[in-house]
Amino acid sequence: MLLIHCPYCEEERPELEFAGAGEAHIERPKNMADISDEDFEKFFFIRENQKGLVYERWRHIHGCGRFFNAVRHSVSDKFIKTYKAGEKKPKLTKAEIEAVLPPAKNTPANEPVYTDGAKQKG
Amino acid sequence: MPNPARIHPLADRLSAGNGVILSPVESRERISLRADPTTAKALGTAIGLNLPTKPTGVTTKGNKSAFWIGPDEWLLIGPDNGSMAKALEKVGRQVYSATDISHRNTAITVSGAKAVEALNSGCPRDLSLDAFPVKSCSRTVLGKAEIILWRTGNQEFHVECWRSFSDYVWKFLVDATRSA
Repeated sequence: MLLIHCPYCEEERPELEFAGAGEAHIERPKNMADISDEDFEKFFFIRENQKGLVYERWRHIHGCGRFFNAVRHSVSDKFIKTYKAGEKKPKLTKAEIEAVLPPAKNTPANEPVYTDGAKQKG
Repeated sequence: MPNPARIHPLADRLSAGNGVILSPVESRERISLRADPTTAKALGTAIGLNLPTKPTGVTTKGNKSAFWIGPDEWLLIGPDNGSMAKALEKVGRQVYSATDISHRNTAITVSGAKAVEALNSGCPRDLSLDAFPVKSCSRTVLGKAEIILWRTGNQEFHVECWRSFSDYVWKFLVDATRSA
């Protein structure tokens, strides 16, 4: 089970207490009524869905109930850090990023990881 | 109109064995208090109890207790006479919401040498004394139900759950006791 650090409870808590809430840092347009349908679609539906480092919203729903943001690697599932809602994206150090990289680089999440990094055929 | 006495959802239940004792907690007054942390002092003064401001904090005075649930949320538990709700009504000029949840919640006392093992069979939270010392509390999960866990002693816990989930929580703990 993942242990997730809640920035409000100030401790690591089990994954079952949390719920994911999609991509973080999406700004709601101030002129909602004026924007075009294409722009609205972009704001409302289109998400990065990146493989690699992702900034996400999480909610400690069975704990303090608060939303917060997290940086996570979407392949290895490892969290780099979590921070309170409203705070800016944290600056990540090289060491922090390397610590959460999956075993073999460029390995899709749903395929077996080969230690030599080469895809075996057969 | 007659006023029939409210039946406790866990009336007449008791379970003991394998190092765990389960017993229902009698009716209490419970209030879910939501307020900005800056008003905590005024609200605490009204009910005669300092509201905890640190995560997992619990403050107790007599038979009244206040639990830190979130940065702007507290649970208050006191004797079943409505005195806390009345006291909070007198707090003027503060923005807060106090919801009476006396009958939404009920509670079970879990105690004994294997209490931690029984709870940990459904609660993934670290219940070691270092991580969750006596007089701390937190909202967490037990099996499929949400609970508020309050450690009242080294081997004694107060498990607060919804009335409608209480039968599930009770049976879950009885099952857990058998394998603890």
